[in-house]
Amino acid sequence: MAQYQPPTQGKASQLIDVIVLVVLTVGALFVPIWLGMAGAAKSVTAPVANPTWESLNQNAAQAAKYEALGFTPESAHDLILSRFDYSFSIGALLTMIVVIVLYYFLILRFSEVEYREVISEKFGE
Amino acid sequence: MTEVDITSKTMDGIGPHGVKVGLLRVLGPAHVWALGVGIVLVGEYMGWNFAVGKGGAYAALIACWFAGILYTCVAMIDSEVTSTVASAGGQYTQAKHIVGPLMAFNVGLYLVFAYTMLEAANAITAGYLVSVVATITGHEGALNQRPFIILVIMFLAWLNYRGVLATLTFNLVITAFAFAAILILFLSTSGIIGAGIMDHAALFEGHELPYGWIGILASLHFGLWYYLGIEGTTQAAEEVRSPARALPFGTLAGIMTLLIAATLTWYVCSGVLPWEFLGDGVNGSVAPLFDTARLSGSAGLVWLLGFGTLFATLASANGCINDASRAWFAMGRDKYLPGWFGAVHPKYRTPYRAIVFLVPIALIFALGAPLDQVITFSILSGLLGYTFMPLNIIMFRRKWPLNSIKRGYEHPFHPLPAITLLTLCGVTFFAVFLGYGTQLVAMIGFYIVVSLWFHFWRYRFVNRGAQFTMPWPKPQGY
Repeated sequence: MAQYQPPTQGKASQLIDVIVLVVLTVGALFVPIWLGMAGAAKSVTAPVANPTWESLNQNAAQAAKYEALGFTPESAHDLILSRFDYSFSIGALLTMIVVIVLYYFLILRFSEVEYREVISEKFGE
Repeated sequence: MTEVDITSKTMDGIGPHGVKVGLLRVLGPAHVWALGVGIVLVGEYMGWNFAVGKGGAYAALIACWFAGILYTCVAMIDSEVTSTVASAGGQYTQAKHIVGPLMAFNVGLYLVFAYTMLEAANAITAGYLVSVVATITGHEGALNQRPFIILVIMFLAWLNYRGVLATLTFNLVITAFAFAAILILFLSTSGIIGAGIMDHAALFEGHELPYGWIGILASLHFGLWYYLGIEGTTQAAEEVRSPARALPFGTLAGIMTLLIAATLTWYVCSGVLPWEFLGDGVNGSVAPLFDTARLSGSAGLVWLLGFGTLFATLASANGCINDASRAWFAMGRDKYLPGWFGAVHPKYRTPYRAIVFLVPIALIFALGAPLDQVITFSILSGLLGYTFMPLNIIMFRRKWPLNSIKRGYEHPFHPLPAITLLTLCGVTFFAVFLGYGTQLVAMIGFYIVVSLWFHFWRYRFVNRGAQFTMPWPKPQGY
C-alpha cells in the first residue's frame, strides 16, 4: 500500500482548529446552564409555614447537629425539604439509550475503518 | 512472538515518536501511587457527598462499594494494558493501538476534560476553604474566592511546567498528609481514641432511604467521585523507570488505599452530619470532612482537616494538570491536535505548551460554573472512558492473545471484570440520567460533533502507519 502523505497544516489553520475545539467544549458545559436546562435543580414541593425542628421531621439529635452548624429551623427549611424529582418518561430514557449506543457505534465503526488503514500501512497488506 | 519484552530493563516497548528530547524517566512506584491517590483523595474531602443528596446516607455507602467494584475492574484492566502500552497519554495511546484513531481521539478528550474539570473543582474547593478559614479567624464579610482559585491553578501549572519529579514528590508528601488526616479524624471521633461522637442510628432515624431504592441507583452518579482519576496513573507511563512493575503496583495499591479511605470517610461524616446538610455540596457541606472536624469540638482536628482538605485539593489539581497535559501533549505529538502542542521543554523536559494552554480552560470552568455541574462534567467524561475500557481489553486480548505479547501484568478472570465494568457503567449512565439527563445528552452531543469533525477534517493531517509505535506483531484478524 502506498504511504499516505498528510498535507502540512498552516499556523492559521492550526489556530482555527484549536478555537473550534475550545468553543465546542465551553459550549457543551455552558449552553445547558445558560438555557436553564442544567437539571439537578432540587425543589421544595411541600413547604412548611413557621417551621420547627419537629415539623421538619428532625429528631432531637438531628436538630442538635443543625444548631451546632449554626442553623435555625427557618434557615434550614429549604436545605432539609429540597428534593430531586426522579420521575422520567420512557421516551426520554429511550432517547438517552439511543444517543449513547449511536455514539459508540459511530466511533467504533469509523475507528475500524481508520485502524485498518493504519495496520495496512504499518505492516503491509 | 515479538522480540521486544515489555518487562526488559533495557527495552520497555516505548517506540520512537520523532521528538529529539523525550520525557524524563525518574519516577518509581511510590510516585505512581501518589499520582493516582493524590488525584483521587480529594474525592473523599469533597464531592462524594452529593451521592448522599441523591439517595441518602445508606445509598451513598452502597454507591461507594459498587463504585469500588467498578474501579477495581478499571484498575485490573488498566494495569494489564498499561504494563504493555507504556507511553504518555495512557488510555489514549492504548486506544490508538488497540481500537483505532477516532476512539483514541475521543479517549484523549475524555482524559483532558475529566482532569481539567476535576482541577477546576479542586480550585473551587480551595477557594471556599480559604474563605471559611478567613471567617473562622475573624475576617468580616464575604471573602472574594476568585483570586485564590486563580492562584491555585497558576501556581500548580508553574510547578508542573518546571518538572515532573518535583511535582510528584510534592504530591507524595501532601497526599500522605491528607490520607493520615482522615485516619486521625476516624480514630479521634469513632471512640477508638477518646470519646466518640458518632451517632449513626439517631441521625439516620426516619431518613434511611429518603428516595427509596431508586435513590441508590441515583447515588451511583456521584459514587464515582470517591475514586475518579485513579486511572490517571497510566499518564506517567513514559516517565517511570520501570513501567511493567511500577504501574500495576502503584495503581492496585492506590485503589486499595482509596477503598479504605472512602469507607472511613462515609462512616465518619454520616455519623456526625445530618444527611440533608451532608448531601448538599453547594448550600450545605462543601467540605464534609472539614465540617465533621468542626463539630468535633477539637481545634486541633479543625486545623488538621483544614490543611488536609487544602492539601488534598492541591494534590489532586496538581495531578490533574500533570495528566491532562500529558494527554493533550500526546495528541499534539500525533497531530490529532495541532502539532505545536507536541513539544517538550528543552530544559525541564515537560510538555510545557500543553500545560500552559490548559490553564485558561481550567480557569473558565473554575470561575464560571457551579461545583456540581463541573463535577458532573468530569464524571461524565470519566464514565465514557470507563465504558471504553472493557471494549479495549476484549479487543486487546482478541488481537494480541496472551502468548503473542508478554505483559508486565495479566489480570485474572477475563472477561468477568470487563463484563462487570460494562454493566456498572450502564447502571451509572442511568444514575446520571436521573437528575442530570440534559448534561448527559449535551455531553454526548459534544462528543458526536467533535468525532465527526475529527473523522472528516482533522484526521487528514495524521500520518497513518506512524501512529502505531509499539513494537508489537501484526494484530490477529487483520
